[in-house]
Amino acid sequence: MKILTGNDLRSGAVTWWNGSGWSLFVDDAVDVGDEAEEILAREEAARRVNVPYAIEASIDAAGHVRPAHIKDRVRALGPTVRRDLAVPTANKTGWDWVI
Amino acid sequence: MVDTSNLGTSPDEVQFRFRDDEPVDHAAVTVDSVLEQTNATAVRIEPGDDARLLLPFLDRLALVEVNFPAFGDGRGYSSARILREAGYTGELRAVGAVLIDQLSHMRRCGFDSFAPDKRLDEDDARRAFATWENVYQRAADGRRTIADKRHEA
Amino acid sequence: MYRYDSYDQAMVDARVEEFRDQARRRLEGKLTEDQFKPLRLMNGLYLQLHAYMLRVAIPYGTLDARQMEMLADIADRYDRGYGHFTTRQNIQYNWIKLEDCADALADLATVEMHAIQTSGNCIRNISSDHFAGAAADEVVDPRPYAELMRQWSSFHPEFTYLPRKFKIAVIASEKDRAAMRLHDIGVRIVKRGEEIGAEFYAGGGMGRTPMIAPLIRDFVPIDQFITYAEACLRVYNRYGRRDNKYKARIKILVHELGAAEYIRQVEEEFAHMLSVGVEPPREELARIATHFAPPPFRHPSESWDLGRLQSEAARDPSFRWEDGFGRWVRQNTHPHKAPGYVSAVISLKPAGGIPGDATSEQMRVVAKLAREYSFDELRVMHTQNLLLPHVAIADLPAVWQALDGAGLGSPNMDTIEDIIACPGLDYCSLANARSIPLAQRISERFAETGRTEVVGELKLKISGCINACGHHHAGHIGILGVDKKGVENYQLSLGGSEAEDVSLAKITGPGFDEDGVIAAVEKVTDVYLAKRSDGERFLDTYRRIGMEPFKEALYG
Repeated sequence: MKILTGNDLRSGAVTWWNGSGWSLFVDDAVDVGDEAEEILAREEAARRVNVPYAIEASIDAAGHVRPAHIKDRVRALGPTVRRDLAVPTANKTGWDWVI
Repeated sequence: MVDTSNLGTSPDEVQFRFRDDEPVDHAAVTVDSVLEQTNATAVRIEPGDDARLLLPFLDRLALVEVNFPAFGDGRGYSSARILREAGYTGELRAVGAVLIDQLSHMRRCGFDSFAPDKRLDEDDARRAFATWENVYQRAADGRRTIADKRHEA
Repeated sequence: MYRYDSYDQAMVDARVEEFRDQARRRLEGKLTEDQFKPLRLMNGLYLQLHAYMLRVAIPYGTLDARQMEMLADIADRYDRGYGHFTTRQNIQYNWIKLEDCADALADLATVEMHAIQTSGNCIRNISSDHFAGAAADEVVDPRPYAELMRQWSSFHPEFTYLPRKFKIAVIASEKDRAAMRLHDIGVRIVKRGEEIGAEFYAGGGMGRTPMIAPLIRDFVPIDQFITYAEACLRVYNRYGRRDNKYKARIKILVHELGAAEYIRQVEEEFAHMLSVGVEPPREELARIATHFAPPPFRHPSESWDLGRLQSEAARDPSFRWEDGFGRWVRQNTHPHKAPGYVSAVISLKPAGGIPGDATSEQMRVVAKLAREYSFDELRVMHTQNLLLPHVAIADLPAVWQALDGAGLGSPNMDTIEDIIACPGLDYCSLANARSIPLAQRISERFAETGRTEVVGELKLKISGCINACGHHHAGHIGILGVDKKGVENYQLSLGGSEAEDVSLAKITGPGFDEDGVIAAVEKVTDVYLAKRSDGERFLDTYRRIGMEPFKEALYG
């Protein structure tokens, strides 16, 4: 699936396109299909997101949205060496999928 | 002969100017051309040009435009300062990608005229030119530095 | 240490207001991200993996207790309770909000701190010897010269849009404790008879194409010091490559022109600049130098030497000599020019910990110790540790107990546990691989097997990408994280040195996965232990026996 991610302009927090807005949680990310360019351009121009881009992702066995690239998985999870600063998520099962 | 009709900025593209004389009103020519054209009084410097090639002609030049095709290309600052250090007193115009946040540094390097591609907000520009009440280092604007002020008798 | 006068303060305050205005224009949409990015970078604000990261400048690594306490407050008020000390003597905060940044900078300005030019294509923090003002072997304290350069380079109107970043280091001893030869410009203050001047080196750097800076001038009289630097920068600004971001550093220019041609151009510009007259008045250096007068050290008759410390410790079990204090004194203290004193390294490398990180609580402990035991002075080392530069030997027991209680007492300076690691893929958007977990596992491994002390001096440096912020090219053992088809992989290299015997490490061969590279580090230290002659450090043995025995052990 193709999902969109970026950072919040004001706070810098990592965000994911959920279909109508930008969520802090990767599991809210939706497949944008071929609408990526249009959404990216509109949302960035409106400053609802900063430096957004499209990435490949899949749904894993535990039901998490799993970004294809390790870098985006680190963005979704938080620093692997500071689990106390991990991005909160309702579904913690199998969350440790950075590798 | 090189068609220079598209080169150069006209006086009404100049948004800020710190001179009392009349703005030069014809197209600038390239550095290469001015070496050949004995009556040229205005020249345009690109980032890759060597400003020192103009040194023999400074007293007949009324306008030097320095082009900033990309605001991050800082070569024009050196070109400007070099010309002022060599004694150039004519109009030194920054053209191209001239943005608010470059104005004060450009002024310090000797630019006294600004023709940005996109017109700038007047209030923002006024604030930008006035950013630095004092300056640390010597530059082409002749301002006394902080060190000078610290140690005057 | 240097104290701002009203001019310096006004500059920093003006800069805060300029940034506040720029951030406002960004949030209002008057500036695009492309336009705003170079501006925020020049105030040290990056957009990283998780949030904005702010890099606060600690000029030539020197700060006092009040400043360290502010760094702790910034961590608590605007971040998540900790900061990371870097390989250029700065501090980084990883969770800053753009909307808070101007306020954070305003708070920093109240204690004479800032984030000016800690990023961007401009002249960065001037770094120096962390033992400056304390080391017995320095010709003079290098920091006044670093401060003179700091002021000259701040908001320099001609050099604000260089082809690329520009890093300068200033030292004043034969020994190079600031990796000076691996900087864009390296300066060594020297004496010729009674005259003070500077050796200039240009074109060093790590990153993709590491290079050692050649000497370009063996003596610039000190009253032409800034003029010469200006000439070096102007030639770079005019002729440094701008066509390719990865070939834009001055090291490429010096390499492509050849040192002789670069020197010729600099000398020409230098002669011109002398006639223009850009040097600050002589009195300015003298004024700055008065801020660096040595503190009022106790008379030797009122001080202990190390022998006295040891005999007191033998008598008094509360000193805990055998419980770690003795080892810490041996490993973490450095001789001082004043009898009865040492410089004491505060390790930010607990085995298994994150190299260079300190909590706000730890920062406050350190600040208190500086105030009480080090004439209110602290240093940040480019090895990602902190330093109390002037500690009376008699005060060491109290200092160590406080450090030990705060998790800052690891006796591992310059050992394999004293790893330099960049933030890596856990934090940095440029990274290809994580570096911190590697550092944690390696330091833990050597600590738990008791091998750290046996191995002795071994400078291990880890970079998570080719930008080499972990200085892996200069590691006795260097590790570079790469991306191998989307999976983290690590290249091992041996034999680098950042000291005056500077050398660049050589790759051993094919890379390893995470488990593999940790095993590789152990194998390599095994070879060293098996082959070393008396008194040889790892680096010495490597230089004597060459790569072959290590390659043999790694790849069979």
